[in-house]
Amino acid sequence: MAADINAFVTEETIEGDADADGPLADATVAVKDNISTEGIRTTCGSEMLADYVPPYSATVVDRLTDAGATVVGKTNMDEFGMGTTTETSAFGPTRNPADTDRVPGGSSGGSAAAVAAGEADVALGSDTGGSVRCPAAFCGVVGIKPTYGLVSRYGLIAYANSLEQIGPIAGTVEEAAAALDVIAGADPNDGTTRDLADVEGADPDASYAAAADGDVAGLTVGVPAELFDGADERVVETVEAAIADLEAQGAETTEISLPSVEHAVQAYYVIAMAEASSNLARFDGVRYGHRSDADGNWNESFAETREEGFGAEVKRRILLGTYALSAGYHDKYYEKAQDARAWVRQDFEDAFESVDVIASPTMPVLPFELGESLDNPLRMYLADANTTPVNLANLPAISVPAGEADGLPVGLQLVGPKFGEETIVRAASAVEER
Amino acid sequence: MSDTSESTDDAGEAPDEGDDAATAVDAEEVRHVADLARVRLADDEVDEFAAQFGDILEYFEALDEVPETEREEELVNVMRPDEVEAGLSQEAALANAEETEDGFFVGPKVS
Repeated sequence: MAADINAFVTEETIEGDADADGPLADATVAVKDNISTEGIRTTCGSEMLADYVPPYSATVVDRLTDAGATVVGKTNMDEFGMGTTTETSAFGPTRNPADTDRVPGGSSGGSAAAVAAGEADVALGSDTGGSVRCPAAFCGVVGIKPTYGLVSRYGLIAYANSLEQIGPIAGTVEEAAAALDVIAGADPNDGTTRDLADVEGADPDASYAAAADGDVAGLTVGVPAELFDGADERVVETVEAAIADLEAQGAETTEISLPSVEHAVQAYYVIAMAEASSNLARFDGVRYGHRSDADGNWNESFAETREEGFGAEVKRRILLGTYALSAGYHDKYYEKAQDARAWVRQDFEDAFESVDVIASPTMPVLPFELGESLDNPLRMYLADANTTPVNLANLPAISVPAGEADGLPVGLQLVGPKFGEETIVRAASAVEER
Repeated sequence: MSDTSESTDDAGEAPDEGDDAATAVDAEEVRHVADLARVRLADDEVDEFAAQFGDILEYFEALDEVPETEREEELVNVMRPDEVEAGLSQEAALANAEETEDGFFVGPKVS
């Protein structure tokens, strides 16, 4: 099965602590291949890092193995996390276990597919603009994008630092929440992590898994028209039915408006590409990674190394990011994108004055057929309309299966206020119980 | 400069100068940015990117409608004591390098 869907780039094992107990003792975990594993190659789905073997493990990997989980392999992904289908990987596309002619979503497609196919109990992905939630939705499993600063990024190979978080994928809300319990928490090696004891309103002793109790009586669910407009009708119907079920269980729904999200995709791509152009400058073939045999000078050698090591989508984003930051365009693109980001953040803050969670389709479309969107990057970017606002606003969100349309999985996204993971876990657990 | 074998019909494909989009990007601009980013491109990649960048940048134009927004974020510097700690050994740090000499990385010649 694993060979058929190509969920893994590398299948090697890191044994978990045999003496550990708790919900992850003896669990198997698949780790996205941009999360460092000591002694096991970590490729980022790129030719550039095909032979890169990290000298240390990411904090999240150590926390999982300390909790008793055994790493079973490194999962396939869009190259450097840049994609929505897992087709930009240098190691071939991953197929969707729900329909092998379709993509599993991306960029953490291998992680979601591994869980959906039963190849691992839990998986780690990373979510920069929807890369955990999209594949969870397309493969019919659960994915959580934590609040920025809840989970350490130490050992995550950077794409766009200001936007990304590592998050768990699992078959049920409770299992995903249990994995989040293990990986969450301050890390001296990542200065952007927060100690929940210092966060107003957060409970440092919270158990996310315990919050999966399905109790939504009195919960207020905001429904923003902007995140339903333009979505596939079959997706909208399925998601609306799931929201109606939440109402039947005692939740209250209310229509809200988030006008800023119309600009989220543009703002997200400008910021992510700009950060990528800077982050990926490190791949010059000197300290690690592919190096061209070419004999030119410093600049020629770097340019050739990068021509050979990067795929088309990565080059596209590096170039567009460089363009957006270059003299004469910085104010037009990057500054305006930062304004849009602040506006999106403000819009969500205002909304959470009157609602507890915000519900929408995770993806506005059903899973693409393999090859369908590769030639049209803009079309692929537009599929991220509902997930990118969450990263811009640094908020937590979960994608939970809402049902099926034409035999294909549909995900419901629930967004919460900053460090409101317990609330979205609780609401999502009610969705899966119906 | 470009000798990549993937290039098949680049001679026959003129840059998309007929494109009437206000944000049309020509091949020269793509080459300039690629040069800044130290990414060599094959001729057919330049033409493909020029066409795609026109569409993508035109879409980004919508950012013009975004109002100037107050960016109030409570950000604080995170400091730690400056103490010597164990780090990677020299051997581990050099292990992934293509070329090393006497415990140093070897890079391409500067000129």
